[in-house]
Amino acid sequence: MIESGDRVPLLDVEHLTMRFGGLVAVNDLAFQASDREITAIIGPNGAGKTTVFNCLTGFYKPTVGRLTLRRDGTEFYLEQMDGFRIAREAGVARTFQNIRLFPRMSVLENLMVAQHNTLMRASGFSLAGLLGLPRYTRAEREALDLARFWLDRVNLTDRADWDAGNLPYGAQRRLEIARAMCTRPVLLCLDEPAAGLNARESYELNELLIDIRDRIGIGVLLIEHDMSVVMQISDHVIVLDYGRKISDGDPETVRNDPAVIRAYLGTEEEEELPEEVAEDLPPEMVRALRSFEDRPHEEDGH
Amino acid sequence: MSARAGSPDFPGILRDSGLVALVALFLAFPLVGFHTIDQGGGAGMGIETRFPWVVVAVAAAFVGRFLQLALLRTHAPVAVERSLSRLGEVFQRNTVWIAAAAITFAIVLPMLPFADRRLVDLATLVLTYVMLGWGLNIVVGLAGLLDLGYVAFYAVGAYSFALFALHFDFTFWMALPIAGLFAAAFGVLLGFPVLRLRGDYLAIVTLGFGEIIRIILLNWYPVTRGPNGISDIPRPSFFGLEFTRRPAEGEVAFHEFFGLEYSGLHRIVFLYYLILALALITNLFTLRIRRLPIGRAWEALREDEIACRTLGINPTNTKLSAFAIGAMFGGFAGSFFAARQGFVSPESFTFVESALILAVVVLGGMGSQVGVVIAAIILVGLPEWFRDLQEYRMLVFGGAMVAIMVWRPRGLIAHRDPTVRLGVPQRPEPSA
Repeated sequence: MIESGDRVPLLDVEHLTMRFGGLVAVNDLAFQASDREITAIIGPNGAGKTTVFNCLTGFYKPTVGRLTLRRDGTEFYLEQMDGFRIAREAGVARTFQNIRLFPRMSVLENLMVAQHNTLMRASGFSLAGLLGLPRYTRAEREALDLARFWLDRVNLTDRADWDAGNLPYGAQRRLEIARAMCTRPVLLCLDEPAAGLNARESYELNELLIDIRDRIGIGVLLIEHDMSVVMQISDHVIVLDYGRKISDGDPETVRNDPAVIRAYLGTEEEEELPEEVAEDLPPEMVRALRSFEDRPHEEDGH
Repeated sequence: MSARAGSPDFPGILRDSGLVALVALFLAFPLVGFHTIDQGGGAGMGIETRFPWVVVAVAAAFVGRFLQLALLRTHAPVAVERSLSRLGEVFQRNTVWIAAAAITFAIVLPMLPFADRRLVDLATLVLTYVMLGWGLNIVVGLAGLLDLGYVAFYAVGAYSFALFALHFDFTFWMALPIAGLFAAAFGVLLGFPVLRLRGDYLAIVTLGFGEIIRIILLNWYPVTRGPNGISDIPRPSFFGLEFTRRPAEGEVAFHEFFGLEYSGLHRIVFLYYLILALALITNLFTLRIRRLPIGRAWEALREDEIACRTLGINPTNTKLSAFAIGAMFGGFAGSFFAARQGFVSPESFTFVESALILAVVVLGGMGSQVGVVIAAIILVGLPEWFRDLQEYRMLVFGGAMVAIMVWRPRGLIAHRDPTVRLGVPQRPEPSA
């Protein structure tokens, strides 16, 4: 486990367990995430990654566990909070695996809705807004400035008045991240942000996430299958398999962890290279695969 | 279905027309084929058969469908559709001018030479539905909550005024805010149990709510006087000036104050301006609140509730506020209705009213303010104006509804303008 100096972690997950009837989707999971760090959660399909996100953002109430988020010296126990309060008070924002924008509202409106709570307070629960008081006008201008900042950052300024649903796929992904950032979060949870992006878009996404980490200084929690994204930008990688954490460390450590390789490629018995297949493969590849199989099996360190 | 383009597929069309004729036969046989008649002379009711008419109906269905498929499918609708959507675009581009022209026309309408009592009365009725449509538009069009019981709030408004007038001698102007408040409270009351419901399920519960209110009004005799209704509701006054020929002791009548000849038309015109003002306030409020965070939150909730949660929007409060504010305008309209009629009874608040108001909103184009006006004129104004045509007007009404839903499935004006623009040159947007 990575210790980030004496810093208190932003997010502390302890004993997180989520059962659906007889199915244990997440089993006694513990990990930490810090601000100014990108923490990636990886694992094979069905490992329970999205379930962890859903617990963090209040969509599921965990069966067991404590999720502590520290913001400005206050501790929030996310497992006890409603979803919208997690976003509003604790400052956890998220995106979705299948993009969830407001398709028939404009790009700019999407970013304004994200600032609902700030604007709502300024509009005096609509009274000051209805009367057009300066206090609301000022707040709205500030909200527009923040929206403009993120539009520029994700390259959507010249499409701000489009319906969000008319944007191409990659742009929708970027807009969803911009929208989450407009809530001024302390922890940004991204569920497969690189899914469906081409190489250039994926590269731009890396730049954006690094920028969010370094310049905005918040914590980023990332679920991703695209290893080029994970390995290049993560400071800290957590590997799940069947709801359990099997590895935790910096990308280099995790990449070489035999437990991770086993989880992704299967165990020796299952993956032994059959003769019929070997005949069709180039000899170098057969040799490489065989040597991998022959490696001594270390016991899982956890 | 036959192909849309190219040469018509005649065997297919014949088969399709035959099928339609068969359906027409099933429908026409009991509906047209038998006719109850009064035999006179105390013999009671008898049944007369009219089978030739069944043949006519079936033949008409067959020929109509055949012509539609053979001719329209390949030529006309494309042109009609295109011209309709071009008309829609013209509307969207000039909304401000059209709205200004419409409001000016509405203001001068009672002064125009052809404006007789009947026309002003009809315009008042249409405006009542415009106001109800605009009120319901907040719930259905903006917040996306399908409400089939909107008439309940109309009833609550009407009965609050009627009861306060009956027991506490409230005037219209004193009762108006109370009626709105009561209706809003009922909106919240309805909102609570249906918070977790969406779409069809929500529609069913709101429909039930509308019926519950009506049935309570019908059966709570000691309070509501049941089916007898409440009569002698005071008419609204013009800043304390009554619209009566002979005002009560110590009061001044409208015509005396302004030195006019007494005319029954004064009150009619006054009521017209009253509902015009109420409706315009509703519209102004809606246009304004759409640009406020709460209005945007309503629309966002319509688009994606889950995404709203992750942005820190409290869905409970947001939905309840939409129900409450929509209901409030229903309540205002209700107390106007009571003041205009001078009489309320549960019969005025049946499901058909809810359906009509919803039809005004859906036909106009969900969320479109101008669309509601056009739809109210089509759905309320025209059938009333052509009352002389008797049943045939309903036939035309049904036909018009089908035509609009075929050619403009998203309503007459389906366009939505963003509530805020960046003011930066934009790339051309692909049309959706």
